[in-house]
Amino acid sequence: MVKVHVYLYASLRQFHAGAGSADGAEAEAPDGTSIAGLYALLGIPAEEVKQAFINGRQRDPNYLLRDGDRVGVFPPIAGG
Amino acid sequence: MRFLRVDMNGLKAVVEEVPEKYRQLAGRGLTSRLVCDEVPATAHPLGPKAKLFIAPGAVAGTSAPSSARVSVGGKSPLTWGIKEANAGTPVAQYLARLGLKAIIIEGEPKEPGKYWTLVVTKDGAEFVPADEQTGKGLYEVYRGLKERHPTAGFIACGPAAEARMAMAGVCFSDTDGRPSRYSGRGGLGAVMAAKGLKLIVVDPAGTSPVVATNQELFKAGQAKLVEAILTHGVTKPGGTLNTYGTAALINALNEAGGLPTRNFSSGRFEGAAKISGERMAEIVKERGGVGMMGQGCHPGCTIRCSNIYPKPDGTELVSCIEYESDWALGANCGIDDLDAIAEMIWHCNDLGIDTIECGVTIGVAMEAGLKKFGDAAGALALIDEIRKNTALGRILGQGAAFTGRAFGVVRVPTVKGQGMPAYEPRAVKGIGVTYITSPMGADHTAGYTIAPEILAVGGKADPLSPAGKADLSGAFQDTTAFIDMSGYCLFIAFPILDIASGFEGMVETVNAVLGTSFAAGDVAKFGGEIVKWERQFNRAAGMTAAHDRPPEFMRYEKCPPHNQVYDVTDEDLDRIAGV
Ligand code: SF4
Repeated sequence: MVKVHVYLYASLRQFHAGAGSADGAEAEAPDGTSIAGLYALLGIPAEEVKQAFINGRQRDPNYLLRDGDRVGVFPPIAGG
Repeated sequence: MRFLRVDMNGLKAVVEEVPEKYRQLAGRGLTSRLVCDEVPATAHPLGPKAKLFIAPGAVAGTSAPSSARVSVGGKSPLTWGIKEANAGTPVAQYLARLGLKAIIIEGEPKEPGKYWTLVVTKDGAEFVPADEQTGKGLYEVYRGLKERHPTAGFIACGPAAEARMAMAGVCFSDTDGRPSRYSGRGGLGAVMAAKGLKLIVVDPAGTSPVVATNQELFKAGQAKLVEAILTHGVTKPGGTLNTYGTAALINALNEAGGLPTRNFSSGRFEGAAKISGERMAEIVKERGGVGMMGQGCHPGCTIRCSNIYPKPDGTELVSCIEYESDWALGANCGIDDLDAIAEMIWHCNDLGIDTIECGVTIGVAMEAGLKKFGDAAGALALIDEIRKNTALGRILGQGAAFTGRAFGVVRVPTVKGQGMPAYEPRAVKGIGVTYITSPMGADHTAGYTIAPEILAVGGKADPLSPAGKADLSGAFQDTTAFIDMSGYCLFIAFPILDIASGFEGMVETVNAVLGTSFAAGDVAKFGGEIVKWERQFNRAAGMTAAHDRPPEFMRYEKCPPHNQVYDVTDEDLDRIAGV
């Protein structure tokens, strides 16, 4: 199993109370789980997701999670 | 369309036909051309030869969506180079409806310390003394004006400008008459004050919306653009800009390790969640009252990224909290208290100063040990020094670079003397190129590569890689100069970067108003011309390649969490910044 810390932002917060809170949430997933797999595990509709940052780097949905990863997930956002 | 030429020496305002060479220019294109043509590059920005230009964008005043931008141009007392700063305000629409392509303010006032108000209506312009408004905070000034001129909008400089501070902006009124929409950057408020002009009342009573010369083309273009704005993920109704405001970026930049924290000493802020757009939306909901997200800066914006932030009792604290202001006075000072940030923004609006320059300056002052990082009361006390116009306040009021010199600080995040906005260049290399090479000094809006580097809009680019970033920024800077001429809010760039028909629609509406025949492919080319004029002015003003460089500390100091230095090469920077 890998343990990761997940933060959901903006409109994605509604899909998971813990991960959608300011502190995010710990999540456990089987070894070899991808980011996309994590969405399924947490009940986050993949079509709502624009991108994910893993430890500060943008990664594809097929990136395989590693123990201790910080996962930040965003819908389409902008500003300036 | 006409110019209103305002001579502050003779107190005369004369309407002129627009000369042929300026007819197809507007907004930034027009202000920058006029600066080049009418202001000697070596002039003192506050001296008799300096001038101030105020020009609405091409489609301002029409029914085009999100199109109430007005550009203010001049020589900057902050950077000592050319400056254009634009704002979203109903005043842009009023100027266009009055048929004014630009207001040109010139001449040395006869009586130092005496300020005037210029009242502009469809029947002409007249001067009245501004004694009553002189020295007063802009909230009080605007309240009084709204009572006297209920149908008008206002342009003003605040008390900080009267003290000739280089962080003083030009302030425009919002839809409710607040002093909240700023052409903030570069000290143009001080240029206005140096002319003895305190206020311009712009009253559109008796005028009609602007109708494009080619109405058929305009309608077709408008429809395409509206469609793009309404369908794109970030600008559609109920999208993030609408729901969380621009401060939705706080968490995004924090995750990306690019949220400058404690005077650019880290790219992550442990208090980010507390000052995020998400938290702001929660507070607005909890407190109720007049608080709201999704406010528009002018009638006719469907994106509506602004907000009204309430006090605990539901009455208004400030409008609005933008990402940049939130970051500058928050994370950059180690402050994680939204109420304190909101209060600081109120003071900035009241004094007429740029929130970005103010926050970057306080960060440098904290670095110098004047206050501790995280000390919100201390930060407010520093702003109070500016208000009281003390010796310390006058140092701070000159901006981050000046303050850094006064206190011997090495870590000073400025380019050409202008404080860096809310993106850490060592974690987002392309925006660094924009900061470094833009003729405006460090300015994120001059070439917002954050779109592909962080937001995955308009393509995707690895923020940490220096490869290709000079060209990416160069292309963004050129296109942006055109958008800054168009009168459209820069936020339409998000949908039109991804949706080609939206981009065409933008160009068509501009053509329909200006009588130009730009093709989509000409946008970057013509924008590039504008940027070239601006660079030529800077060269003539004495700037060299040495001014197109990052602050030295970014070359050797690694920024956590990515622990990178700024590594876009000098050769790459010169290639973009060269004239
Ligand atoms: S998106 Fe925001 S800044 Fe742009 S026009 Fe609309 S309200 Fe104004």
